[in-house]
Amino acid sequence: MSESHLLTTASHPHPGKLIIVEGIDGAGKSTQLQLLHKWLESKGHKVFFTEWNSSELVKETTKRGKKSKSLTPTTFSLLHATDFASRLYHQILPPLKAGMIVLADRYIYTAFARDVVRGVADEWVRKLYAFAIKPDMAFYFNVPIEVAISRLLRGTRGQFKYYEAGMDMDLSPDVTESFRLFQSRILAEYDKIVEEYGLLTMDATLEIETQQEHMRALVEAALRGYKPRRGTYGRRTLFWRRFEIPKSE
Amino acid sequence: MADARFFGDGLKYLNPSDLKGKLIAIEGTDGVGRTTHLEMLQEWLEVQGYGVMTTGWTRSNLMSKTIEVAKAGNILDRWSLSLLYATDFADRLEHQIIPALRSGFVVLADRYIYTAFARDFVRSADRAWIRNVLGFALIPDLVCYLRIDVETLALRVIETTGMNYWESGMDLRLGGDLYDSFKKYQSLLIGEFDKMALEFRFNVVDARKSPEEIQNELRGYILPVLQNHKPPSGTKAVPS
Repeated sequence: MSESHLLTTASHPHPGKLIIVEGIDGAGKSTQLQLLHKWLESKGHKVFFTEWNSSELVKETTKRGKKSKSLTPTTFSLLHATDFASRLYHQILPPLKAGMIVLADRYIYTAFARDVVRGVADEWVRKLYAFAIKPDMAFYFNVPIEVAISRLLRGTRGQFKYYEAGMDMDLSPDVTESFRLFQSRILAEYDKIVEEYGLLTMDATLEIETQQEHMRALVEAALRGYKPRRGTYGRRTLFWRRFEIPKSE
Repeated sequence: MADARFFGDGLKYLNPSDLKGKLIAIEGTDGVGRTTHLEMLQEWLEVQGYGVMTTGWTRSNLMSKTIEVAKAGNILDRWSLSLLYATDFADRLEHQIIPALRSGFVVLADRYIYTAFARDFVRSADRAWIRNVLGFALIPDLVCYLRIDVETLALRVIETTGMNYWESGMDLRLGGDLYDSFKKYQSLLIGEFDKMALEFRFNVVDARKSPEEIQNELRGYILPVLQNHKPPSGTKAVPS
């Protein structure tokens, strides 16, 4: 019973472009998005970056709730939705309206996958995010669970975080095993989501450069016809401005 | 999947069938005297031997501080505002209300989800979204609505606490000053509550009456709900 979910149908009416990446921890999506960011800027685009669960409004609360381990599947889900709402309103919509490119590291599909695994109803979480806008491009970085685990253990992080490993779900007392079980379930949810919302699946086991090349080609094609705003010629930090002295009337 | 005790998509991971207690909600706009009457009701019920737990809007451990901070900033968008309330409500539902109902308490709720419905609606003109979001709420056994007209309410609020930014709905820019905005905002809320009173069959109590009369009316509505719930004081509670 798919109701008129705005998401599945209508595109947003704004002149900017919204590009998002999804995938489990260790899929390498943040790396790819960062590289795309660099490339877009080098092409002279105005780019704004935003990240899942990063708004000041909610970050403190989530931290407190995690610390006291009092978060339930529903409050966990609602807090992330609050964070998203706040970022949508303050960070995503203004640049889109201004015609900029917005890059989002994780989007509502993260909630659809993760919160459902945590135990909320899949219909409910989809209705919860009914106010979200549909991205212009949504990449899903698909990676087998073992690859993700070895990347994370090898990498700078060295170990799994409590919630990232789903330790609150009592799947296994062993952190790595808990991560494996939890993230495998998330992968299964993502499979459904990819189909439901038509995300672009990327093979995240390939070399970083190969993936990036592919991603840039897809973005380039999608941006054909897009009129970039080049007010500052792609400079991110502008320390001075040249202005004309108004002529006397 | 839908459980009759929930409004919409329920808490899948909880079983609501073992909730022995009763959930009673008192609704009404700011300044109608809800809190005073709840205190009197609690006293009255406890004297009779009922275990009573009260729960208040925005009073959850998780969210009360966050909401205060957020409101102090005065720059909340409609969704964040409604979602902060929803998170607060979910935290209280799962950590206070449901455990208390399981233990056979009478839960008195100072405001319930109808407040969220009204506040969201006056900011959005879309009734479906917030109702879907709060679909996990338990349907109360009884809802009493303390109804007041906006003229009387304005006088009462000025006499007591004074008008504040949020109670006046200043974020909606309805009027030039606090007073005009308060009246317009509260009128909209009252209008919404009146519509919901019909839709959800609230027991409407005229909040302009004397406190004694109001209290008696409330007790009159509550008594039948509690019948068959628990033997009166003196005898020991036997879970059936």
